[in-house]
Amino acid sequence: MRKILLYSLVALTGVCFIGRLFYLQIYQSTAYDLNNDNAIRKVFHYPKRGYIYDRNDSLLVANQPSYDVMVIPREVKPLDTTMFCNLLKIDKPTFLKSYNRANRYSPRLPSPFLRHLSKIDYAFLSEKLRKFKGFYIQKRSVRDYQTSIGANVLGYIAEANTKDIKKDPYYNRGDLIGKQGVEISYEKILRGIKGVKYIQKDIYNRDIGSYKDGAFDTLPIPGKDIKITIDSELQAYGESLMQNKIGGIVAIEPSSGEILSLVSAPSYNPSLLVGRERSKNYTKLYLDSIHRPLIDKGLVRMHEPGSPFKLLVALTALQENVISSNTGLHCKGKYVYGKNKRTMQCHCGGGYRNLKSAISFSCNSYFAMAFRNNINKYDNSSTSMDKWSDHIKSFGLGAFLGNDLSVGKKGNIPNGNYYDNWYPDFKWGATTIISNSIGQGEVLVTPIQLANMTAAIANKGFYFTPHIIKSIDDNEINPDFKRPKKTTIDSQHYDEIIEGMLNVYKEGTASFLKVPGVEICGKTGTAENFTKVDGVRKQLTDHSIFVAFAPKHNPKIAIAVLVENGHYGARWAGRVASLMIEKHIKGEVSLKNMEKLVLDKSLEDEYLKPYSGKAFKINDQ
Amino acid sequence: MNLNRSNSFQLDWIAVIIFTALVVFGYFNILSASNTGEFTSYIDTTKPYGKQLLFIMGSLILIATILSVEAKFYERFASILYIGSILSLIGLFIAGKQINGATSWYDFGGITLQPSEFAKFATALALAKFISDLQTNIKNPLDQFKAGVLVALPAVLILFQNDAGSTIVFGSLFFVFYREGISQYYLFFAVFLTILGISTLKFSAIITNVAIASLLIFYQLFLKRKKRKFKVTVIAFICSITLSFGIQWAYNEVLQKHQQDRIGLWLRLEKDPVKLESMKRNISYNLNESEKAIRSGGVFGKGFMEGTRTKGKFVPEQHTDYIFSTVGEEWGFFGSSVLVILFVSLILRIIYLAEQHKSQFSRIYGYGVASILFAHFLINIGMVMGLIPTIGIPLPFFSYGGSGLWAFTILVFIFLKLDSNRLNVW
Repeated sequence: MRKILLYSLVALTGVCFIGRLFYLQIYQSTAYDLNNDNAIRKVFHYPKRGYIYDRNDSLLVANQPSYDVMVIPREVKPLDTTMFCNLLKIDKPTFLKSYNRANRYSPRLPSPFLRHLSKIDYAFLSEKLRKFKGFYIQKRSVRDYQTSIGANVLGYIAEANTKDIKKDPYYNRGDLIGKQGVEISYEKILRGIKGVKYIQKDIYNRDIGSYKDGAFDTLPIPGKDIKITIDSELQAYGESLMQNKIGGIVAIEPSSGEILSLVSAPSYNPSLLVGRERSKNYTKLYLDSIHRPLIDKGLVRMHEPGSPFKLLVALTALQENVISSNTGLHCKGKYVYGKNKRTMQCHCGGGYRNLKSAISFSCNSYFAMAFRNNINKYDNSSTSMDKWSDHIKSFGLGAFLGNDLSVGKKGNIPNGNYYDNWYPDFKWGATTIISNSIGQGEVLVTPIQLANMTAAIANKGFYFTPHIIKSIDDNEINPDFKRPKKTTIDSQHYDEIIEGMLNVYKEGTASFLKVPGVEICGKTGTAENFTKVDGVRKQLTDHSIFVAFAPKHNPKIAIAVLVENGHYGARWAGRVASLMIEKHIKGEVSLKNMEKLVLDKSLEDEYLKPYSGKAFKINDQ
Repeated sequence: MNLNRSNSFQLDWIAVIIFTALVVFGYFNILSASNTGEFTSYIDTTKPYGKQLLFIMGSLILIATILSVEAKFYERFASILYIGSILSLIGLFIAGKQINGATSWYDFGGITLQPSEFAKFATALALAKFISDLQTNIKNPLDQFKAGVLVALPAVLILFQNDAGSTIVFGSLFFVFYREGISQYYLFFAVFLTILGISTLKFSAIITNVAIASLLIFYQLFLKRKKRKFKVTVIAFICSITLSFGIQWAYNEVLQKHQQDRIGLWLRLEKDPVKLESMKRNISYNLNESEKAIRSGGVFGKGFMEGTRTKGKFVPEQHTDYIFSTVGEEWGFFGSSVLVILFVSLILRIIYLAEQHKSQFSRIYGYGVASILFAHFLINIGMVMGLIPTIGIPLPFFSYGGSGLWAFTILVFIFLKLDSNRLNVW
């Protein structure tokens, strides 16, 4: 016992120590992670962000240097603050505030003192900078917009927030990330890959050399340039037409699905969201709850499609063989249906209507009849409705299009189940849901879906997913965008519909919108809409909607226009569509009077009505 | 290498090899821990690692000297060495230099010496000499007392110089007493005192005594049929009350604030988790950083001179008391385990050699060497890994410092010299 005690204690201690080492170094430690070692500082080198060009190779977005004044508080020596403040164009309290904030963060480490110095201020400051010890200038790269249009399409970049960083560990605080438009859709391509340098630091956070002589350092990989499908001239023209109005224009090239222009009105200058005034401007745009300029109306404003939807109702009825192109109907200015003799008003002017003239004059009665036949085709309304719904959805409605735009809405195309749930104890039938026949009721679409639907009609039965990317540094784009998507309607049924749409311009609801020398096929739409004013449901002036494609043969453009509260379809949306089509096909506009009318028109009064607090009239001149 | 020990001048090569390995490995870790900026040369005497190289050379001279002296010298001159070292400790009160709060150094024009390091081997020698004396019977309480004073004298002097860590090392000489035949009750008492102390500080004196009382009553009522030992039980209980309140008093009144904090933190006396966190950050900052460094080493370590936390000087005092954290970070689990095994082997080897001796003097001295090394090994590495409260004493052969290295070299090589003479008849 006496001999063994020390032996065993020594051995026991050894075992305990090895056990403790095992616990610390193997059990408890995760594998050594260079990125989580606070003895290592990572310094990033940001590559050039890719440029953005339009379809005609004109540069839309480039980069510019931006200058941040940095400060290391410990190294600051007494200085002429008045002169310094004058150079930076700030006042003394701001100076003290920024300085104290930096000092609180760390006296030893650099902090941003003033961000986004203009080039001119930078020039003046850099001359005098040697007088101000502890301050230096850090160059960063920010976006330089070569254009004032397309803010919704181009989007903007901003510093990554906590959510972005959590989602993708690539980003660090202070990194820039695309927040909207193509900047977010093609973020990974545009941004490139930042390079990283590992720097060994000491307990005071000072750099003491590169880690392992830079064995783990990487070089930045520059971002790629992209070319988008937007025609900036057409886009600019569209934006000018939409001034003082709320709404959107979506123009698509039917033969490729390329988006020629995507206007959201009102728009803003993308340069507003760059530089020192960024956050002020952003707040202003964000808080404008009437115009909502940051929301891309062409992509996300859902509304009842109104009459353009009749085209699909007719196509579906033709496909299901419940009408033919010769089916006729005598319209008495209203459509009476159901046991209780309920009526649906019709504004077509009355008289004998066949398919073609029903489209030209947008006869409600005719399409109510077609829809009713369709739903009554099978014994069970639900089955018929499912069939109908599938046909409609094959035009890209009621679901995401799967495009490369950062935002979108599904819209709504009801099916049998939808109404079964709605009316659990009631045997619903065609007459219950008859408003769907004229694009009211439960149908909801976005302008881009309408434009895509028009493109599918123009192509007589297929469409390409609308997309905004044309090429990436001359690389191939997503092959899915090049694959035609077929609708469930046989192509022979389209001819009659297209004739009808042509007639809309020849003698129908858009006869005063003719463009000389261009055969346009269109369809007007007027969608009732409601809002809540102080909790009370109120009807507002109708949305003006218009879809069209041109020319009739080998269509080059399919367009959908939404002018919110613009009254009837041909009134504003139709005019805008005609002007856009002429601009795109002829390259210039001859309809000067129409153009002037549209440019001068402001609907601001209309938009302020619900907020005026007074009773207001709708659909007035 | 000749392992045949019939020759009169034969060292125990296993111990020498381990010693050499420790010193060399130690040097490279000091190099890593104290290198700043670009590494230029191994012999840069402005840096600790350069100085350590000089110290190592100095210890080579010491070794040569020790081995060349007749073995009997150490037994004969043990008393004189002891008296000399006591005088040098007393001298500190007059001419001592204060470093880090402890007045433990003589300053000879830039070269500082720490007599408390040398007092260790002197005391071990004196103790061996005293116990092995034919007139001494260690089982006799008076001789036990005399031997105790021999050890306590330098220990108390060092304590007054505010170097409590070194004082504790002298306590390890208890193993020598125990080996030489003092009563088993001392061991029981020591174990009892340890348990009592921890329990008192952790749960308060009252709870501890209630627990002891219940145990004693239980023992009396159910296990002991004969009530003969009733008196002993009462005495034991009174002892435990006195000791336990004594410990509590000593903790509150005698210990300095930083010592209280260290023990308090080790026993997790602070219940409030927020305060505990802040204590961990402030009081055990060193420990936190050293544990972090060791943990970051992982299985194989980051490699020599590649420890990021070592390079960044995150662990204060890393080249001295916290040198083990460098080993942990740069050499990982394997390197650190090898180091632990080297120490364990060296100490076990010394005990083994001591047990072989017929000469009582050599055996006692050998035991003293093993005990002192063991105390340093246990306290230093235990502290760096957070197993015991922070007590600042160096890791033998490893920590930077001339006094320490030389004192340990002398300590070990006197024994190896005695050992090489084992078979000689004096």
